[in-house]
Parts: sequence; C-alpha cells; structure tokens
Amino acid sequence: MDEKERLFNSGILTGERKGAVKPPQELWETKKNGLVVIECPQRIPCNPCHTSCPTGAVVPFKDINDQPQIEYEKCTGCARCVAVCPGLACFVIDLTWGEDDKALIKLAYEMLPVPEEGQVVDCLNRFGEAVAKGKVVKITEPMKDKTLVVHVEIPKDLVMDIRAIKVV
Amino acid sequence: MRETEVLVVGGGPAGLSAAIEAASFGAKVTLVDSDLALGGQLIKQTHKFFGSKNERAGTRGFKIAEELFRELKDKEENIETFTNCTVTGYYKEDGVVSCVKGEDEYFHIKPKKIVMATGAQERIIPFPNNHLPGVYGAGAIQTLMNVYGVVPGDRVLMVGAGNIGLIVSYQLLQAGVQVVGIVEAMDKVGGYWVHAAKVRRLGVPIYLRHTVKEAIGERFVEGAVIQEIDEKFQPTGNEMKVDVDIICLAVGLTPTCELLWQAGCKMAFVPQLCGYVAQRDKNMRTSHPDIWVAGDAAGIEEASSAMVEGRIAGVGVAKALGYGTQEEIEKRLKEYHGRLADLRGGEVGAKIREGIALCSVECWEV
Repeated sequence: MDEKERLFNSGILTGERKGAVKPPQELWETKKNGLVVIECPQRIPCNPCHTSCPTGAVVPFKDINDQPQIEYEKCTGCARCVAVCPGLACFVIDLTWGEDDKALIKLAYEMLPVPEEGQVVDCLNRFGEAVAKGKVVKITEPMKDKTLVVHVEIPKDLVMDIRAIKVV
Repeated sequence: MRETEVLVVGGGPAGLSAAIEAASFGAKVTLVDSDLALGGQLIKQTHKFFGSKNERAGTRGFKIAEELFRELKDKEENIETFTNCTVTGYYKEDGVVSCVKGEDEYFHIKPKKIVMATGAQERIIPFPNNHLPGVYGAGAIQTLMNVYGVVPGDRVLMVGAGNIGLIVSYQLLQAGVQVVGIVEAMDKVGGYWVHAAKVRRLGVPIYLRHTVKEAIGERFVEGAVIQEIDEKFQPTGNEMKVDVDIICLAVGLTPTCELLWQAGCKMAFVPQLCGYVAQRDKNMRTSHPDIWVAGDAAGIEEASSAMVEGRIAGVGVAKALGYGTQEEIEKRLKEYHGRLADLRGGEVGAKIREGIALCSVECWEV
C-alpha cells in the first residue's frame, strides 16, 4: 500500500475520487454565492444532501448507498446540505468572493467557542494544521439544530486545502 | 403474578420501536429497562444519524430518542413501562420472567410473547495495567459526558477507529478534551470515512496498524505506550509513549444474549454479527415460538437498523397475537423490510448481509 492510500485510509482525501470531485472550474469561477464541494468518497447508506437540496442540484439517489452526484448549474450555494450532512462532508466554496486572491468557504461548525462575525480564526487543512488566517464573514444556523454554517474568507489558492476552522 | 401480552426487554432504539409498533395494533405491552431512563444508547448520541428521511437522517440520536418517547406517550394506554428494572431470568417450564426493580422489589411477569431487545456489551482488550482508573469503555465516556455532563479527563488515547471510536473522539473534542491520537489495528478505519475525516481535520492523528501496548501509572493512568503491528498483528518493535490520562476502548461490541440462551433459543456464533446470536426468521422470531429478537441483541449493527428491526418484531408479535388485518400487517412488513434492505445495501452492509444469511431460517416449523 502506498503512502497516498494509507493516508486516504485514515481519513485524508488524496486527490479526486468518486463522490469527491471538484466543480467544473469555468462555472465555479463565475458562480456567485459559490458551488458545493462534497467529499463523500465511500458508499454509505445516507442521502440527506439530496433530500435537503431545494433546487435538485444533488440529483436523486437510485440506491441510498450511492454517492452524491451534482448538477452544478442548479447549485445556488445555499449551504443547506452543509448544515444537514451528518458526515460534515459538504462545503460551499465561492470563488467570486472579495478580492482576486480571496474566496469564501461555508463550512459546518459544531465546536466551542463560537466565533463572532468579523473575527479572525485559524484555517485548518485536512490534517488539522493551521495553514492560514481567515476572517469570519457570517454565521448562520440553517436547521436550528446547533450545527452552525460559518462563512470564512480564505486565500483563494487554499480552497482545496482548508476544511475546518479553529477559534483562537 | 403480573400478566402481559407482550414483554419487551430493553428500552433502547429496538425495544422502544418494538413496543410502539406492537401497541399501535392494540397489543398490551410491558416495556422493561434496566437503566434509570429509557432510550438506551440513543440518549448519548449527540451526533447526527445517517440513513434516509425514514430513518431520521440528519437528526441527532438523542433527538430521535425524544421522538420515540413522544410516540410511546401517544400509546401510553397500551404500554406500561418499568425503568431501573432488570430482567433476571426466563423460566422455560412455564414461560415466567423474573424482574428486579431498584434494589429490592422482585416480581414475576408472565407474557404471552417476548421481544428481546437487550442490546450489546462492550468488548475489552487485555494489556498490562488495563485495570487502572482512567481506562474506560467508549460507552462510559459517552455516559459521563453526554448524559451527566462530566468531562472524563484532559488527554485521551482512543483505541479503535470504528464508528464508535471516531464519533466519541469527535464528541470529546466538542467537550474541549484533547484526543492525542486514535490507534487502529487494521490498515484502514473501520468506521465511515467521513467520520475519520471530521476528526483528522481537527488535528487528531489516526495511527493505522497500531495498538495499545500498555498503560502507564501506579494508581491511575498517567500515560500509554502504543506500538506498531504488522499484518499478522505482531509488534514490529516501533513504539511510542503518549502523554494521556484517559485510555478509551472502542474495540467493538458483542450481543447481550443471556436470556435467549436461558430460553433455549437456537443460537449461532456469527463473527460478522460480533458473537452469539439467536437464529431467526425474516420477521425476527427465534426458534422459541413466543420469543422475538431485535437490535444489537440480534447482531451488532447501526441504531437505524435496530429501530427498523424493532418495528418488524413489533409487527411480528402483534400478528402472532391475532391483531391487525392481514393487509395492514403485510403493508407494514413490506415497508420495513424495504427500509432494512436499503440500510444494509451498500459495501458497509456487506458484512451484515453475510452474517444474517448465516443465522436466518426461511420459517420455523409450527
């Protein structure tokens, strides 16, 4: 087993896989409010990303074990799936946000303390390493179930690295 | 002596579902649980469940328990509940069940039918000093934190990267406890990959092909040594000392089946279901014509499946007692079997499907 596979087997995404693909770059660059990035590379019996999607962007599952497939044109970046996914595997990333070198990530947050809007937080990569500082732009609680969706401004070149925040 | 139509032993997800389902047909149910409160492990589950809408996917476990309690209350005229009440024996001669409520109230009950939804027990692995205070099962950690609001310690070594080990690690982080690492004997995490990713991105290392070698400490846990193992589970010689005050064991569960043995149900050892389980027909009836089984007692699986199995057993006892129209019974069974097949459909369900095939019978001879 090579190092990449070993990392993947311990919960680190290494490159694209079925159920964990990047949106088409061209559409992504121009889509206001962002597109969903789902990282669900294992077939498990779960479909709330589809059932919660108000626009049908996460297409219906033939089998509940199917991995999510996305029609990106329909995705409005609303982040309901971000709030609902029990695996915290959905993110919305808006490449049109802010200045040229910035982007916005909407991610689920279930930790304490809760950041404040405007606060600067540590942005963590898939290993939990702090790789950048990010500014919290907005915090919502779409399902009113204590899973917060935190909107964080991050460096654009790290959109495929940053997957969590730490309030410091 | 008390009498009841249906005795449900265990008030976790399977038992609650069985009681509600049987009562919905009009059966008189007695529900007995040894804990102080109903809900079994559900009340400790602060994470959101997987599955489909029917299985309340996206809802936290303890919220699912609250929904079941509401359903139970709706049917309270048909369900009598005893908590802090342990079933201590089943007497084959006359089908009488003995119970102890609290410390000293002993009584007998004679049910027409029984659903055994006794759940599971945690496994423990042997290693030097595993008797020290600070070595916990994952269930105890969850009870302390999520039921009683007590932080178990400061720094935790988690042993086992199945769903329980991964989820409890996440819950520890939520409680502000540091998880210094998760060791897993296999070469990949046993739980859902997304649960592993959740704790990884919060900085918790997962050491594959590693296990705990020993706990360090005189009077309580003051550290642990973890070691690398090869594919034959033999130590490679690579070791590391970790500074922890808690060692949390999440190394699997095994079905609680003493009462099924006592009742003389035909049992089978099924590794895929994590131990001895009762042989059962499609609707969860054991070889004993008056006894059904559901949930982890029938094989270790997710709570979502346990709830559906409970529903199926509930329909089964109601039918055996003559409740419900054939049409209604068939309709519900069809729905529940469909849901169960969905939950067990994927790769992660393959092991369960294999296991169930090994202990299923087409139908019992009457």
